[in-house]
Amino acid sequence: MSISKVWVHVEAAGGKVTSSTLELLTEARKLGATLEGVYAGDDAATVAAQAGEHGATKLYHVDPGEMLPGVAAATAMAGLVDAESPDLVLFSQSYDGRDAASLLSVKLDRPTLTNGLALAVDGDSVTVGTAIFGGMTLVDTKFTGPGPHLVAIRPKSFAAESAGGGAAEVVEVGSVDAGRAGEALVLDRFAEEQTGPKLEEAEIVVSGGRGLGDEANYKTLVEELAKLLKGAFGASRAIVDSGWVPYALQVGQTGKTVKPKVYIAIGISGATQHLVGMKNSDNIIAINKDSEAPIFSVADLGIVGDCKKVVPALIEAIKAKTA
Amino acid sequence: MNVVVCVKQIPDPAVPGELTAEHTLKREGKLILDESDSYGVEMALQLVEAAGGGEVVLVSMAPNDEVSGLRTALAMGAARAVLVSDPALAGSDSLSTSKVIAKSIERVGDVDLVLTATESSDGYAGTVPGQVAALLGWPALTFAKHVETGDGKVKIQRQTEAGYDTVEASLPAVVSVTAGVVEPRYPSFKGIMAAKNKPVDAVTAADLGLGADQVGWAGARQEITNVEAAPARQAGEKVEDDGTAHERVVEFLENLKVI
Ligand SMILES: Cc1cc2nc3c(=O)[nH]c(=O)nc-3n(C[C@H](O)[C@H](O)[C@H](O)COP(=O)(O)OP(=O)(O)OC[C@H]3O[C@@H](n4cnc5c(N)ncnc54)[C@H](O)[C@@H]3O)c2cc1C
Ligand SMILES: Nc1ncnc2c1ncn2[C@@H]1O[C@H](COP(=O)(O)O)[C@@H](O)[C@H]1O
Repeated sequence: MSISKVWVHVEAAGGKVTSSTLELLTEARKLGATLEGVYAGDDAATVAAQAGEHGATKLYHVDPGEMLPGVAAATAMAGLVDAESPDLVLFSQSYDGRDAASLLSVKLDRPTLTNGLALAVDGDSVTVGTAIFGGMTLVDTKFTGPGPHLVAIRPKSFAAESAGGGAAEVVEVGSVDAGRAGEALVLDRFAEEQTGPKLEEAEIVVSGGRGLGDEANYKTLVEELAKLLKGAFGASRAIVDSGWVPYALQVGQTGKTVKPKVYIAIGISGATQHLVGMKNSDNIIAINKDSEAPIFSVADLGIVGDCKKVVPALIEAIKAKTA
Repeated sequence: MNVVVCVKQIPDPAVPGELTAEHTLKREGKLILDESDSYGVEMALQLVEAAGGGEVVLVSMAPNDEVSGLRTALAMGAARAVLVSDPALAGSDSLSTSKVIAKSIERVGDVDLVLTATESSDGYAGTVPGQVAALLGWPALTFAKHVETGDGKVKIQRQTEAGYDTVEASLPAVVSVTAGVVEPRYPSFKGIMAAKNKPVDAVTAADLGLGADQVGWAGARQEITNVEAAPARQAGEKVEDDGTAHERVVEFLENLKVI
C-alpha cells in the first residue's frame, strides 16, 4: 500500500491563491499521488488555473454563500470522502484552514496534527514534523489509525514552485448544508488599507519591539526603513499587546512565520516565541543595546547600540546611496 | 445567559518545558491558568453582566486534580467549575480533549455560549474550539477580537489577514477569543476568599460516558517516533556601535544586493 490521493484545502483572496496554499501544493505533488484541491469561494476558474499550475489535477469547488469558507469546505470534503477516498488532507495553519481541519476531524472522527513543518510519507504511513519549546526541539509524530490523515502546516514550511501544469479541472459541488455549523454567517468584511508587500511575501522584513521606546518611533524608524528597502514591517508581541500596531503584524509563535531574504530586528530581545517565527530567514540583522540579548545568537550581523541613533543614521545613509 | 469558559491549566510558561519518557509535556508541578484563557473569563463575566443575569461556569481537563488555575478564574468571578481529571486521559490529543470538553459542557446543561482562547499557550494545537463546536453541533465563531450578544444571537469581529469580518450566529454557539480582547480583572481579596468555597464538580472520563478507547493514548491514534534538538543557527558578527555601525549595515545590505 502507499498513498494514492492527497487533497489540499485551497484558500484564495480576491482571486489570488494564498502563498501557503501554493506551498502545500508544491510539497504534496512530490508525494507522487493524485493531487486535488477543495476550494470554497469565488473565482473558481482563476483559482483552478493557479492550483493546476502548482500540480492539482482537479479542483472541487463549493459555493460558501454567506458561510465561513472553512465550514463550507470541510462539509463538502466530508460529503466527498467516501466516494473519493483521499489518504491525506492538507490544510494551512491559517484562520480558515484551522476552521476546516477542526470541523472535518469531528465529521470523520480522525485526529489532526497541526503546526506541521515537515511531512514524510513512507508506504502508507504519514509522519509530521513539528517544533516545540520555541523551535528548540523537533518532534516527529506518526498517524497510527486509519486515514484520511488530517494535517495543518505552518506557512513558509515549504517553498512554492510552479509545475507549469495547465488549469485543474473544476468539479462543481454547488452549495452544502452544514447544519448549525453553517449558521455562522459573514455579514460584512473590513479590509485595512495595505501598502507595500505582504509580511509573509516580502523579501525584506523590518520588525520593531519594545526597545523602540514609544509608538511614534515605530513609524519613523521601522516603517520608514521598511519602505526605503521596499520591504514589509512586522512586530514583536510586546508592542502588539501594547496596542502600538495591529495583531496582523505580529511575528512569532502566535503570529506569522516569515522567511525573507533579510530580517532586521530593532529593539527586540529575541524570546524563543519570537525566534520561532523568524529564525529561518536567510539573513538576520539585529539592533539592540544589550549585548547579551538572545536575538544576537541568531543574528548574522548584530549591532550593539541604541536604535534611536543607529536606525536614523542608517536611513540617511541608504537615502544617500540610493538618491 | 449562561456562559461556559474552557480554561486550560498549564505549567508556568516562564519555566523551560520538559518532556516525559512518553514524550508528552511534563505537567507534574503546580499548574496555572493559561493567560490566554483569562480573556475568555473576563469576556464571559462582562457578557453575563450585560445580559442582566446568568452564570459563568468553567470547564477544565487537567491531570492530578489540579485546581490552582480554576481558583484564579473563580476568584475573578466565575460561579463554579467542572474539572475532568483522570489518569486515563494521559496522552489525549486535541480531538479526545474536545470530546471530554464537549461532554462536560453537556453536563453543565442549559448553556448559551462557550468561550475558549484561539490556542493554548503550551500546546497551541488551535483546533479545540472548532472541534468542541462540531461535537456539540453548534456553530463555531473563531478568532474573535470583539464579541457582543443580544436577541439570542452572538456577533463577533473575526480577525482576518486583511482586517476583520463581522460574523453572526444564533445561540448556542462556541466563540474563540484572541488575546487582548478585554483587560482581565485582577481577583480582589474578597474574590480570592470566596473562590475557596465555590463548587468544583470533579469527574472522570467514565463519568462523562467516554470509554478508554476514545481518550488518552488509544484515542489519539498517533505515536511520537522521534525527538531531537533543532539545529542551532550560528551567531555571526557582532559590532559595538561607535557612531559608524550603520555603515556596516549598509555594506551588509549591499553585499546581498538588496540596496
Ligand atoms: C505563549 C506565548 C506566545 C508568545 N508568542 C509570541 C509571538 O508570537 N511573537 C512575539 O514576538 N512574542 C511572543 N511572546 C512573547 C515573548 O515571550 C516576549 O515577551 C516578546 O517577544 C518580547 O518582545 P520584545 O522583544 O519587543 O520586548 P522585550 O523582551 O522587552 O525586549 C526589548 C529589547 O529592546 C532592547 N532595547 C531597549 N532599549 C533599546 C534601545 N534604545 N535601542 C536598542 N535596543 C533597545 C532591550 O535590550 C531588549 O532586548 C509569546 C509569549 C508566550 C508566553
Ligand atoms: N485541557 C483543556 N481544558 C480546558 N480547556 C481547554 C483544554 N485544552 C484546550 N482548551 C481550550 O481550547 C483552547 C485551544 O486549545 P488548543 O486547541 O489545544 O490550542 C484553549 O486555549 C482553551 O480555551
